[in-house]
Amino acid sequence: MSTIEIKDVWQIYNDRVVLEKLNLNIEEGSFVSIVGPSGCGKTTLLRMLMSEEIPSKGGITLDGAPLSHEPTQERGVVFQRYSVFPHLTVLGNVLLPLELKESRWLGKLLGPRRYDAKAEARQMLEHVGLRGASEQYPAQLSGGMQQRLALAQALMAKPRVLLLDEPFSALDPGTRADIHVLTKRLWEETRMTIVMVTHDISEAFRLGTRVIVLERPTPDNPAKGARITHDIPVHPRAKDKKGAA
Amino acid sequence: MRLINRHPGRLAGRALAATPFIAMVALYLIASAIRHAANPADKLLPSISQMAAAMNIMAFTQDMATGDYLMLTDTLASLQRLLEGLAISVGISFIIGISVGMIPYLRRLFVPFISAFSMVPPLAILPILFIIAGIGETAKVTLIVIGTAPFIVRDLIMRVEEMPQAQLIKAQTLGASSWQIGLRVVVPQMLPRLIDSLRLSLGPAWIYLISAEAIAAQNGLGYRIFLVRRYFAMDIIIPYVIWITLLAFLFDLALRHLQRRVFPWFAGAKAQ
Repeated sequence: MSTIEIKDVWQIYNDRVVLEKLNLNIEEGSFVSIVGPSGCGKTTLLRMLMSEEIPSKGGITLDGAPLSHEPTQERGVVFQRYSVFPHLTVLGNVLLPLELKESRWLGKLLGPRRYDAKAEARQMLEHVGLRGASEQYPAQLSGGMQQRLALAQALMAKPRVLLLDEPFSALDPGTRADIHVLTKRLWEETRMTIVMVTHDISEAFRLGTRVIVLERPTPDNPAKGARITHDIPVHPRAKDKKGAA
Repeated sequence: MRLINRHPGRLAGRALAATPFIAMVALYLIASAIRHAANPADKLLPSISQMAAAMNIMAFTQDMATGDYLMLTDTLASLQRLLEGLAISVGISFIIGISVGMIPYLRRLFVPFISAFSMVPPLAILPILFIIAGIGETAKVTLIVIGTAPFIVRDLIMRVEEMPQAQLIKAQTLGASSWQIGLRVVVPQMLPRLIDSLRLSLGPAWIYLISAEAIAAQNGLGYRIFLVRRYFAMDIIIPYVIWITLLAFLFDLALRHLQRRVFPWFAGAKAQ
């Protein structure tokens, strides 16, 4: 069954067609990587999935219902930057989704409920390898640790779909390999549907179960938008080899 | 090495920083000595001992008429006005700045008005304040509020708008309502920026305070300076000006420390 259905979606800014008649079904539990040259509209597509942009034409449904016109808890997100809150400690960042859910007016938990939430948050930090950093502020963390934190924070809200916008592009290769392993593990454990935009093709194949290539057939013609030029299923076996290499 | 790449050492840096201060004092003392050589009773550039004597009377001797220590009374009166004005100004500005910065409907409603209102020269409406509120404390405090609030409001609105869109989206994906975003994401990040804004407003606040006191008051630092001006009492005016400068400097220092202590994350976040 498809979680996300993108039907005849166009995105047009003024006279420039960015996406042209896009159709895509994303299956429950799949990990879809979207690649393409810069300016091909892959980020636009992701922004539409998180309702930061509304399609000019066509529609997107999540579990059969049209997407809300504003970001919701069903769709978690990790950006390349600014994904975590600089004024909260690592623990505070992971605690926040729980506090928002349980304390409507204060947005803050107190007493025994805070104690329980903290325990849950600590468990998540342990899980993503940030146990020792819980009292630090994001600015004190390395880029890789910040993205681990962003993943942990997004997962705390238990989204149906996780959207990743070039989440690892700013990291050095070693750190990137580590966080790939983590992302893969989290995906396998939660069986969550993930859509990731990246310009790193090897990353797309290493992590994804399916790779979508977006391209503008004639990049200089503003009347022709990007479309899906390749839709490649990634076989687990081939992926394992890649992972081992 | 190029001039732009040369840096003073620690000691040289301190010496350089002290130079203009020392030069100014030295220049004054020389000028004062020259004038006193010509006329020992010169009032225009009083000597250190003249100023010390005047301060002894102002700060450490009970006033014969009222039994007060005048400088203390003046300082307390001025500080009360200044702090009341700034507290009201900051309180109003914070609420308006954050809600207008966050909510598009309020932005449309208020931003053009605030931009226009902030162009009104506060001193030009001082007479209006005196007519409406009388020459009591209300008018002076109001002047400080009107003089500083528009700047703080506009600054805050801009800071809120400057926040990375990603953060607001992220908060929404974590299930936050508008109110929760305000309370947990925007307000805590705006508080240290409010301190910056307040620091920049201290200068104007003093200007409005002293102007209001100069025109209508029974006490206060500004009142005193303008009162003794009639007698060419430079021996009082100069120490008072130094005292006001020192107070303003200490305020600024205290706010800077407060920012560093209460918001330890802020410096790092700004650097990123």
